[in-house]
Order: sequence, then structure tokens, then C-alpha cells
Amino acid sequence: METHPVPTPAEAEIAERIGSAARERTPLSIQGNATKAGMLRPVQAARTISTAGYSGISLYAPKELIISAHAGTPLPEIEAALAEQGQHLIAEPADLSAILGASDKPQTIGGVVAANLSGPRRVASGATRDHVMGVRVVTGAGELIHSGGRVLKNVTGLDLCKLLTGSHGTLGVITEVTLKVLPAPEASATLILPKLPPDAAIRALSLALGSPFGVSGAAWVPSLPGSGVPAALLRIEDFTASVSYRIERLRGLLDVAAAEIVADDASRALWRAVRDATLLPVGADDAVWRVSVRPSAGAEVLRAMEDACGARGFLDWGGGLVWLAAPASTQAHAAVEAAARRSGGVWTLMRAPVALRGAVDVVPPEVPALARITARVKAAMDPAGILNPGRIFAGV
Amino acid sequence: MIPLPAPKQDVLQRRAAIVAGLRDLLPESGLISEPNRLKPYETDGLSAYRMPPMAVALPETTEQVAAVLRFCSRNGVRVVPRGAGTSLSGGALPMEDSVVVGLMRMNRILDIDYADRCATVQAGVTNIGVTNAVSANGFFYAPDPSSQLACMIGGNVNMNSGGAHCLKYGVTANNLLGLKIVTIDGDILDIGGHHLDAAGYDWLGLLTGSEGMLAVVTEVTVRILRAPEGARAMLAAFASNEVAGACVDSIISSGIIPVALEFMDRPAIHACEAFAHAGYPLDAEAMLIIEVEGSTAEQDDLLGRLSAICNRHDPISLKVSQSAEESLAIWKGRKGAFGAIGRISPDYLCMDGTIPTSQLPLVLRRIGEMSAGYGLGVANIFHAGDGNLHPLIMFDANDPASFHKAETFGADILRLCVEVGGCLTGEHGVGVEKRDLMPVQFAPHELAQQRRIKSAFDPDWLLNPSKVFPLVGPAAGPVLSMAAE
Repeated sequence: METHPVPTPAEAEIAERIGSAARERTPLSIQGNATKAGMLRPVQAARTISTAGYSGISLYAPKELIISAHAGTPLPEIEAALAEQGQHLIAEPADLSAILGASDKPQTIGGVVAANLSGPRRVASGATRDHVMGVRVVTGAGELIHSGGRVLKNVTGLDLCKLLTGSHGTLGVITEVTLKVLPAPEASATLILPKLPPDAAIRALSLALGSPFGVSGAAWVPSLPGSGVPAALLRIEDFTASVSYRIERLRGLLDVAAAEIVADDASRALWRAVRDATLLPVGADDAVWRVSVRPSAGAEVLRAMEDACGARGFLDWGGGLVWLAAPASTQAHAAVEAAARRSGGVWTLMRAPVALRGAVDVVPPEVPALARITARVKAAMDPAGILNPGRIFAGV
Repeated sequence: MIPLPAPKQDVLQRRAAIVAGLRDLLPESGLISEPNRLKPYETDGLSAYRMPPMAVALPETTEQVAAVLRFCSRNGVRVVPRGAGTSLSGGALPMEDSVVVGLMRMNRILDIDYADRCATVQAGVTNIGVTNAVSANGFFYAPDPSSQLACMIGGNVNMNSGGAHCLKYGVTANNLLGLKIVTIDGDILDIGGHHLDAAGYDWLGLLTGSEGMLAVVTEVTVRILRAPEGARAMLAAFASNEVAGACVDSIISSGIIPVALEFMDRPAIHACEAFAHAGYPLDAEAMLIIEVEGSTAEQDDLLGRLSAICNRHDPISLKVSQSAEESLAIWKGRKGAFGAIGRISPDYLCMDGTIPTSQLPLVLRRIGEMSAGYGLGVANIFHAGDGNLHPLIMFDANDPASFHKAETFGADILRLCVEVGGCLTGEHGVGVEKRDLMPVQFAPHELAQQRRIKSAFDPDWLLNPSKVFPLVGPAAGPVLSMAAE
């Protein structure tokens, strides 16, 4: 049995196009369906390589909790195949069309992995990067390599899966991913704690996340759909009897008289709204940021941004993920940087006009000693510097 | 025996000056260079391989680590980072011309934050030490390698250690938030922090499992979790490996992910029973230990569902523990497995491949045939939920022919793991042990790509060289020529 990767015709074509671009030093824009092109820094490239046409599930072994798909496979196709077997993607990646604009094409699994997008379940079960068990990648030199494999536990060699996940097409073109999946829970319910301001909400979320009851979602929203009141949300997903038991124990632990419970479809709709950030009112001229901080600092970031520029926001991951929207300006971005830095956290510019995205640090700049390593790793993966140049850091 | 690279003669010749230079950088008693005191550092958990280093540095602060690395970098001296020295793959095996940087004196818990559910500890804190520090508040650190009483967090990060409970809780990489590292140039870098997601590249992910080749880890911020309300185990025994394997499939298909799902074959059952008297069924060909968590009612519910599934596979016996004590008894044999094999064989090699779980019956059958062919006994312990297989090959280290056969047998098993779609190592790391098998899993250009990443962090290949990548051969040029680039 051949264990070394043999390029499929589609991979061979991608490798050939990248190889020739490398020889000519022609910058390439790397994308799937380009649904996330509005994030991070704009890429100036002469040509585009899209994996959108390279689609299809190549392996699905439900009993081994493993699915492999070509990079261009639409996410909904993967979700549907998993649902048929009662399974799901663990990190519940977001559909960010509310933030990044509706596209007539769905996001691809390659894009989800390249952006390391994770939803509310991140707080309990890990990020997309935690479930990427294998990748096939064409490097900037036009070589097809693989890392990881199709098994759940693998420490053989350097973990390039994690390096590639979240690298936004700057280190290689992901052509196939293998993900760990899990059985979808039988039931889901949400405990809603209404009328809590952010700091009190975070204390409640923290208490719940530090309980033995397996909270799989912990958010605060400024305006609950329906009632319009601010509220903390706690999700439990498990077998039906467990969900009832755990929700009651949480209610007792938090001792909030006015707590409400929504179950199943209503609960799922609520968390889809949190996941996709559709609860964030985003004006046409707004920029959007995600700030990842220690959970207890979430309320402070939110307050600082309200004070600085009237930003609106909500909290996920127990307070550890702050979604922010404010009129796009360098001042607003500077306020985000300052708030994130004060809290020891990091920011990602998720949406802004091209001019702003090209002018600011869309993620925190690295200290010089790390930036030197970054430049050398970039050169090791993409010697001609042609893959999505400048997408994350200027000059990388 | 696996060869080590030739020492750098110029470094050996400068030994006295190097030792003196290092002594100046470290506290009193922070440098060991006397041959008799170097002895404890000459090997790790892969004890068939031994090589005393030139010196052992025992820094107490990150700044001292940085000073030592800067000195070694300027003087072209190779560095082998070491925690407790429990690596089963020779990850901490010194080289003759190397300085071992031992992190065991950096053993302080720096910060525990229950509100944000994380703890920052120095690299030399033991794995169990983290859990012990937070257990009074009902918390624990999830990855639990078998060596958890001794092994240290810095080593866990470098080897991306797993354990029996990673089916539910993940491996080390899934339980980290931040690192403090020192590069070979002596730069101190903070990677990650107390937040969940990196912005920019996932250096935390790349460094985890990098086997000491990219940087030295001095501090680690781990996630701590609230312990479940309770846990209970059950034991199910079957008439064949195939039936037990089918039962594992049925469990996963049912939507239940047990917190642990351990498989033992007949030789493992017999060895563990003779050692621990755990009440294991000696007439079984295969046995599963299944553990669930939750409230008593939740445990009852899950164990009921699992019993029903097992009963559909005609178990020889089924024992559901009714108490924490009975659960401990069920685990007692499995947890004593290494000691049990040690009692029936003078020596053993613990292998560590991963396979797609559907391949288990085939792989066990082939291992059985190899065992007969080599004339060496083997007992198989398997983390069945995640496909991580630990064959324990029994041999006699006093007989070089027996050791050679055991190594060849082990390599054959790992080749088989890759052949059926798995990998060379699930949780022990490549180290020295599996270094020369890397071309089985990776093509030459893929190894060259990984080497270039190593070079990006450590251009002169001073950090733990001779591990992970083959020294010579078609896969890539030798380490020494890489170092000359």
C-alpha cells in the first residue's frame, strides 16, 4: 500500500500552477469560495488559485469518528453527510455571511480550516485546529505534502496540521483535510439568565464553566431575540435525561430566580445566532473585530470599547471572545488594540474597508525575535513568497 | 542499535572551557560535569540506549535557561532538553558532545486562576503536580500519561503526551493556553497566554510535540477543568478480538463517547491478572474497560446502555462496578500493566502506533504471526476509542540477539500500522527509537519540508539533534551537513 502522498489530478494541477508562479515570482491569491476575503489584510495578487472546484468527501468512517474532504467541499455538504449519521463538527464553525456579506456560494471546508474558525463549543471542546487530524497541502514550492493522517492520535513528526490551520493560505494551499467528528448530542437546552450586565454575566458563566455539568456554550448578549433584554446564556448538550438534570443543577448553582429554559430547536437557533454573530448589529460603514482574552477580562474590553467609540458587542466563550462592531476608523482600531493589550489578549480584524485593513495591524504584530522565526518559517514553506502575500502580516 | 551522530571533536576538545563557561551562568551546584554524577542523565525511559553528556545544566529561572542557550549557541554546543527523563522513545537521550538542560529545578506553580480555569506552572512541575495543586478545589489537569507521577509538564508539551482519558479530554495540545519558551539564540518568547485562540500563526500548536527540537519550554499555562461528579468503570470480556472490536464499533456508533475505552488482549489480561489479581477473566481472548462520568444516575444510565450494547456481542462476562472501589479494582490490572509485563519478562519494549480502529482484528492477527515468527512474546494494550495501540514486546536485554529481534519486531509492527492507514507514534514521540522509520510514513520531500521548519527555529541544528529525522539516507542529507548550511 502506498503511504506517501500521490497527487490527484486536481492536486497536480494546483502544484503545477504554484510551481510555475514560484518560478516567475508571481503573487497568488489563494481562496476557496472567497467568502472570507473581507477579513484581515487585502491581498494584491496577479493570479488566483481557487480550490473551489476540488470538492467531495473522500473518506467518511463514522465508527472511527473521521471524515476527509477535498478543500473545495462546501461546508453544508459536510454537515449534511455527518447529520445523516447522527454526527457533527465539534467546533461548530460559524457562517459569517452576516458580517462578511452574503455570497451566492457557501464557504468551503478548506476555508474553514485555513481560517481556524470555531463557534461557541470552542470553550468546551476545542477549536477547529484541535480537530484537524490530517492535511494535504501544496507548498509554495509546488510540492504536495501531507501531515497527520486519518487517525485520532498522532505525534509523528512536526505537527504541520496546526501550523497550516489558521494560516489563511499564506504557507500552503490546503487541498484535503481530515477532521475528527463526534456524535451529535441527543438533546440541547439553554438556561437564560435575563437582565444581567456583562460583568455579572461573566461571573455567572465562570461559575457554570467551573461546574461539573459540562457546559458547552457560555455567552452574553446585549439584546435577547424576542424580549430585547441583555442576558447570559448557558448551553447543555447531552442525552435527554442528562440535559434536564444538568440544567436544573445549573439553575440551582446560579440561583437566578428569573432564569428561563429553552430547549432543542429554540436552543439551537439561539446558538446559531451566537455562532454566526447575527446578534451583532453591524452598520454598513462598520468594522468588526474579534478579541480573544482571558474570560474575566471580556466585560472590561466591552466597556472600554463602548467608552472609546460607542462600539457594540457581545461575548462568547464565557467572556473570552468579544465580538465588536463600530464605525470603521483607525481610532476605533487603535481602541481595540489598546483594550486587547490591557487585558493580555489578541485581536483579529474581521471586516473593514480595504483602506483600513491595509493600514493597520489586523492581528497583533509579533515581537522581533518571533517575527524573525515567522519570516524563516514563511520562507521554508513558501520560498518565493507568492502565497497570499501580506494577508496576515505585511511582508509575510 | 540505532546509531547516534559522531560527536563534534572540536566541542569535546573544548570541554573544560565549556563547562567553566556554563558554571559561571548557573547558581552554585547548578552544573554537573563529574562522570559519576552524570550517570543518572545518560538515559531516559528507553534505557537500552545510554550516553553520558558532556555536562548537565540545572537552571532555576528562564533567564538562566536563556543564558545557557545563548552560550551553547555561540559555542556551537548541542543541547538536549530534559524533564523527568521518562521518554519511552529516547527523546531525552544525550549525545556525547551535548549539554543536557534539565528543567527539574523549575518546579514551581506560578499561578492558579479558577475564574479563568487555567494554571501557569514551570516546566519541571510533574503532571500529577498540576492536578494535586488544584484538586482541593475540585479541578484537575486532564492529560494523564501513565508516567504522570514522574513526568513533567515541559516534557508533556514537547511530546504532546496523551493518556487513557484523551478520548474525551484530548491530548496535551488540546489543553494548553500559553508557553514561555527560550530559543536557541537565548530569546525569551511568550506564546499564547490566557486566551483561547491565537491571532496569527499557531506557534503553540507547532511547538507542542516538537520533541525539544524548536525551543526549550520553561513555563506552561494549562487549562484546568472541573472534575466530574463521579466516574465508574465496567469490564466486558469476549471470545475473540474480532468480537471485542465489533463491540467498540457499536459503542461509538451509539453516540456514547466513554471517557476511557481500553482494550487488552489475552496475553495482557493474563499478565495483568497474575500481577494485580484484579479478577480479570482468564478465559477471554479480549477485554474492554469502559469508564463513564457524571452523576450516579447518569452513570447508571450510560452503564446500562453500554451493558446492553456489550450484551449484543455475546460477552463471556460483564462486570459493572457498583462503587468507586470496584472501579479502582477494574483499573488496577490495566494501570499495573507495565509492572506486570516486567514480572514475566526480563525486559520489554513498549511500542506506540495508531491504527484505524476497524483494522484492529487484522493488526492483532498479524502481530500474533510476527510474535510466533520472532519467537518473542507480545501483549497488546489498546486505547480502543482513538486507535492508539501499545504492543509490549518481551525480550532479554542481556542477550543482544534477543534485543535485536525485539527492535526488528517493533519496527515491523509500526510499518504495519502505517500500512493499514495509521502512524508510527500516537503519544510517545519519534525520538531516537522511531527516527529511522520516518521514511515509512513520509516521503523524502516531506521530511525535507519538516527539516526546513526545524531550521527556521534552529538554523545550526543544536537543539536535540539526532532525534525525529533520519541522520542519513535518501530521505534527506545528514544532520551534520544541515548544520553546515
